[in-house]
Amino acid sequence: MSNVIKLKKGLDIRIAGEAEKRVVSIEKPTTYSISPLEFGNLVPKLLVKVDDVVEAGSPLFFDKYAPEVMFTSPVSGRVSAINRGEKRKILSIEVEADQTQVYKEFSVDLTAMSRQEIVNTLLNSGLWPSIIQRPYGIIAKSTDTPKSIFISGFDSAPLAANMNFVLKDEVANIQKGIEVLGKLTDGKVHLGLKAGEETLLSGISGVEKHVFNGPHPAGNVGIQIHHIDPINKGEVVWTADIQNVAIIGRLFNSGHVDMHKTIAVAGTKVNAPCYVNVLVGSKFSAILGTEEQNAQGLGKLNKGEEASRIINGNVLTGTIANLESSVGLYTKQISVIPEGDKYEMFGWIMPRFNKFSVSHSYFSWILNKLCPKKRYDIDTNLNGGKRAMIVTGLYEDYLPMDIYPMYLIKAALAEDIEKMENLGIYEVLPEDMALCEFVDPSKTDIQAIIQNGINLMIKELN
Amino acid sequence: MNVIRKILNDLKPTFSEGGKFPWLHSTFDAFETFFFVPNTVTKKGTHIKDCNDIKRVMIIMVIALLPALLFGMWNIGYQRVGGADYSIWANWWHGFLQTLPVILTSYIVGLGIEFASAQIKHEEVNEGFLVSGLLIPMIVPVGTPIWMVALATAFAVIFCKEVFGGSGMNIFNPALTARMFIFFSYTASISGEAVWYSDHKLNAHTGATPLTQLSDTGMTDVSMLDAFIGNIPGCIGETSTLCILLGAIILLWTGVASWRIMASVFAGGLFMGLLFNVFAPANPETATQIYMTLPAWQHLLLGGFAFGAVFMATDPVTAAQTNTGKWIVGFLIGLLAVLIRVVNPGYPEGMMLAIFFMNGCAPLVDHFVVEANIKRRKKRLVTVK
Repeated sequence: MSNVIKLKKGLDIRIAGEAEKRVVSIEKPTTYSISPLEFGNLVPKLLVKVDDVVEAGSPLFFDKYAPEVMFTSPVSGRVSAINRGEKRKILSIEVEADQTQVYKEFSVDLTAMSRQEIVNTLLNSGLWPSIIQRPYGIIAKSTDTPKSIFISGFDSAPLAANMNFVLKDEVANIQKGIEVLGKLTDGKVHLGLKAGEETLLSGISGVEKHVFNGPHPAGNVGIQIHHIDPINKGEVVWTADIQNVAIIGRLFNSGHVDMHKTIAVAGTKVNAPCYVNVLVGSKFSAILGTEEQNAQGLGKLNKGEEASRIINGNVLTGTIANLESSVGLYTKQISVIPEGDKYEMFGWIMPRFNKFSVSHSYFSWILNKLCPKKRYDIDTNLNGGKRAMIVTGLYEDYLPMDIYPMYLIKAALAEDIEKMENLGIYEVLPEDMALCEFVDPSKTDIQAIIQNGINLMIKELN
Repeated sequence: MNVIRKILNDLKPTFSEGGKFPWLHSTFDAFETFFFVPNTVTKKGTHIKDCNDIKRVMIIMVIALLPALLFGMWNIGYQRVGGADYSIWANWWHGFLQTLPVILTSYIVGLGIEFASAQIKHEEVNEGFLVSGLLIPMIVPVGTPIWMVALATAFAVIFCKEVFGGSGMNIFNPALTARMFIFFSYTASISGEAVWYSDHKLNAHTGATPLTQLSDTGMTDVSMLDAFIGNIPGCIGETSTLCILLGAIILLWTGVASWRIMASVFAGGLFMGLLFNVFAPANPETATQIYMTLPAWQHLLLGGFAFGAVFMATDPVTAAQTNTGKWIVGFLIGLLAVLIRVVNPGYPEGMMLAIFFMNGCAPLVDHFVVEANIKRRKKRLVTVK
């Protein structure tokens, strides 16, 4: 085992509502929904129409600008609806599931396959989109050969799923998945592990393991890349979520596309937060209960006075969702927290014992030391108004990289490509700077600014 | 729902677009957010936010200024009116009455302009001037005519802040700019002895601030204990090092001000003072030579050094933004302040000029720090390969 990489910068936000380590079974949904919107800026071209019959692993659509990448159905059944929005934009494709899942067969004899054949299998099976390219955080190009491949073996985000718990029966699949990924690069496959919790995956071979010790964002693969083998201009590395590595492994072990994954359902607005094992495409209503069920108090959402915000992902980087949203290929957790759409009298000067802050003008930093188990019920209130960037030296404490975040943000705002390049735009994704956004007293939309910067880089340099 | 909330809700349509006074929207918003943290929720990016905001940051600054301000009021009464004959409260009350018009002027003029420009730009009113507006009365001599304060405040807010885009965009510290404006435009009216004492006290005391004495003769008759506690002539805020230290503790405890800057300003001043001590001639003759022998630590207690180090140099907007830059800029401020004091015959106090100059240089220092980072990153990337 290699040396432990110790990260001091960062923050574990003490938010309440962590999922208890038990997997709750849910009723099998009748319809599944796949949304092209999940995959970023692509122009989907449909391969199916309503009433077509599909198998699990049959293609549903592809991207106009990367036609080799297929997006497939996680379930077998009948295409029941294609939902469109403004300008006929495809919002989602719904599939009514068969009683028993029928899988499309893929030939997966790894020893006999060439690199190109492996790539083709991944492209056709719909699992290629689980491989993300750095820089930019977009779906990898099948024509590239990456310098190396990085996998983070843990998730450090607030209320994140515990990967050791989630993956306890998946070790064989992960091993296979890593074998597959190893054939895609001439370099190494790196696996980031959490200090103190490295035992489950320590037996995996074919990877270089790195142990990280520190608060969030230590589990972000971008941070791990920065400390292991940073990305230079012109270099490409690939990353994959560890659960998706298991899904890739499952394909090459069984020949089937089986997109089951275990996700955390967490947050203070969830009754008894727990884990659920679901198939990609499952609607949130199948997990949290439908509108009516929740109205009758039978769902998983707890009522209380405030409205709930349902988030697809974690509270720092997830997207706003609702009960009609569905679990996607990248979904690792569902968070439900209270909406903070209420006024607070003189809040800005009050001691606010019950609120979490990194500022020492509040008391949470002392309370955290006195009672380390204290957790806060954090809502979605902005807690102030938007201002110009005034406080300096703060962002730096929450980005464990040799990068000046404030200067990078300003370069992105100024759309200065050369500066962004020099200041490290290739190494960061918005998620890496989410903590800066969380602590910012000026309430700047840092993730959006960085994303715009990245989009500009993609537009100008490709 | 409580009464204030109800009144605000009733008034809101009047001040919104389509209401009777849409041109007062920013003003209404400023008062509304003063009473209540708004009910805005996050829309994109992180769904949760730290409960710290700029209002809180600014109000902590104001709270940190209060010990020095309250003491300064007493001191003004003591120095200008009552002296030892009056009770503490009587002296404080007299000082308060003399200070209040200056504070009101600075706030009314400054906030007036802030509110108007926020409205013109359709933005929320920024809280930055709550601090600047209190700093200005604390760093001008209390005898400064009101119209002069008003003019200086207006100049500082418009030409030092709003033309750059408001709080957070300015290069120079607005409060310091206001003082500079008075200093260079009306030098005669704010220097000399009359500024510090009212007439009947003039006869009793020598009447000059310790720094003026030092500048003239190289010596001062003020004891260092008095200089530490603060019952010496000087601007409202700057005399009491003790109260400034109380403010510093608040700022450092809450992390609102940078400890790097504070520490390095004091270090820079001490360094320069020691350097003078080392190079002072054995038998000093001129005032400057005698001044050079002043023990280095005494520089930190006199004049506006401590006040500048704690409250002005640490202004996050105008100071350096990188941690390395903060060390460099802070050190140079301290160094330059003492240098100007001792060798420049024209200006008894160097702190204002030193901070102002380094405000201008801070972006340059940051530039080199960031360039070093870029070079380091490029090198690291090459070596890893």
